[in-house]
Amino acid sequence: MKDFTREMIDEVLELAEKLEPFARGRPCRMLEDKLLALLFYEPSTRTRLSFDAAIKRLGGSSIDFGMVEASSVSKGETLADTIRVVSEYADAIVLRHPKEGAARMASDYSSVPVINAGDGGGHHPTQTLLDLYTIKRESKLEEIDIALVGDLRYGRTVHSFAYALSLYGVNIYLVSPPQLQMPQHIKSDLVHRGITIRETNSIEDVLEKIDVLYMTRIQKERFAEQSEYLAVAGSYRLGSEMLSNARENLIIMHPLPRVNEIDASVDATSHACYFKQSFYGVPTRMAVLVKLLEGKI
Amino acid sequence: MSVKKELLVRPIEHGTVIDHINAGQALNVIRIIGIAGSMGSVVSIAMNVASKEMGLKDIVKIEGRELDSKQLDKISLISPDATINIIRNYDVISKYNVELPEEIIGIVRCNNPDCITNSDEPVASSFTVTKKPVILRCKYCDHIISEEIAEQLI
Ligand SMILES: Nc1ncnc2c1ncn2[C@@H]1O[C@H](COP(=O)(O)OP(=O)(O)OP(=O)(O)O)[C@@H](O)[C@H]1O
Ligand SMILES: [Mg+2]
Ligand SMILES: [Zn+2]
Repeated sequence: MKDFTREMIDEVLELAEKLEPFARGRPCRMLEDKLLALLFYEPSTRTRLSFDAAIKRLGGSSIDFGMVEASSVSKGETLADTIRVVSEYADAIVLRHPKEGAARMASDYSSVPVINAGDGGGHHPTQTLLDLYTIKRESKLEEIDIALVGDLRYGRTVHSFAYALSLYGVNIYLVSPPQLQMPQHIKSDLVHRGITIRETNSIEDVLEKIDVLYMTRIQKERFAEQSEYLAVAGSYRLGSEMLSNARENLIIMHPLPRVNEIDASVDATSHACYFKQSFYGVPTRMAVLVKLLEGKI
Repeated sequence: MSVKKELLVRPIEHGTVIDHINAGQALNVIRIIGIAGSMGSVVSIAMNVASKEMGLKDIVKIEGRELDSKQLDKISLISPDATINIIRNYDVISKYNVELPEEIIGIVRCNNPDCITNSDEPVASSFTVTKKPVILRCKYCDHIISEEIAEQLI
């Protein structure tokens, strides 16, 4: 994702926009004869469903190996072998795997395109694309003020997202507890790419100054003490009462599932955008599939 | 024969001398270029030899074989100043410095325990190399190795 050019991203986002009516159900046969293999070595219901929806909305179909426990994976077959076999069955492979670099390796062994649907703490490029698409559709993808909130240290998806945002000249506020701040090398990369970043540990500091609020999960596992986790999680919780002075067109995003970062009272406000964001995963993934499988629309 | 100086190990008639190896790295050099006993060549090692240029250095001499530069360039990972001398009829007939390749496959282990190359997969580790300072970036997981590369040799 770090290596994506703005041109490549813009192409996908423009295509996603053209495909959106089909994502909403208008009949489409664009990938009628195509079979997509969904290989999920980790549970990720949302991502899997949205790829499945994407191929089916385009008139194609999908295969998967169901539960990992029931498949040859549990008999110790290597990913390399599985990929060699499956790439003979399907026209493209969507892979989710706990090891970093798994998708890259899979593409070495595959005779068909491999789409990375998340590899360990590594990359998850379609999440980044759908996040950008959401901003394009619900706000504007240029020179906006955006706050990235929560776990900015371990969350690699948010790192990719920040790199991608830097292509669009945005102002970024980084909002996280001290122990979950964005790594220095990423911050300096971002600054070198010519964007402004400011750091704070309070959401309130930035709420009135932003067009996009991007919330992420703060995971228990990152904390040694349960009490420390509870204290931090408590202060990164967004309630509707905090939004009274927010910009009118502020949008609030979250990759979902949320735990309790966003109070249910926010859902009813005009700012809540996370369910739309989730839907936008479908046209975005449709665009990726069309690009890889057809080459043109 | 024109060996001017006293040699620490006996002169060889024909073969390869790897000179100016960082002190203490001779065994790693042998490991990297894969000239273990199985090849049958006589390999002699001098370690911690006084050197005008480097203080101390190691030297490796391989009898009867002229190793090619591709095989030898990998040494630069742990000994960037190493020089290669090809010996014929007791004379140095050619001399060159090792040069860091742009890609390192195998040899070094990725230091990210969660990297796919550190699992049971058949894939070899692979790094792209930047020079000065030497930084290896894993082709698979993007992690970088910039220090103590010798510690990461497979
Ligand atoms: N016939 C030989 N057998 C074994 N080792 C040799 C032989 N001839 C030269 N060497 C070794 O090869 C290396 C290079 O030899 P050379 O005579 O070029 O030395 P040098 O002038 O010190 O070279 P440099 O400038 O590279 O330090 C030295 O370590 C030398 O001891
Ligand atoms: Mg000398
Ligand atoms: Zn790696």
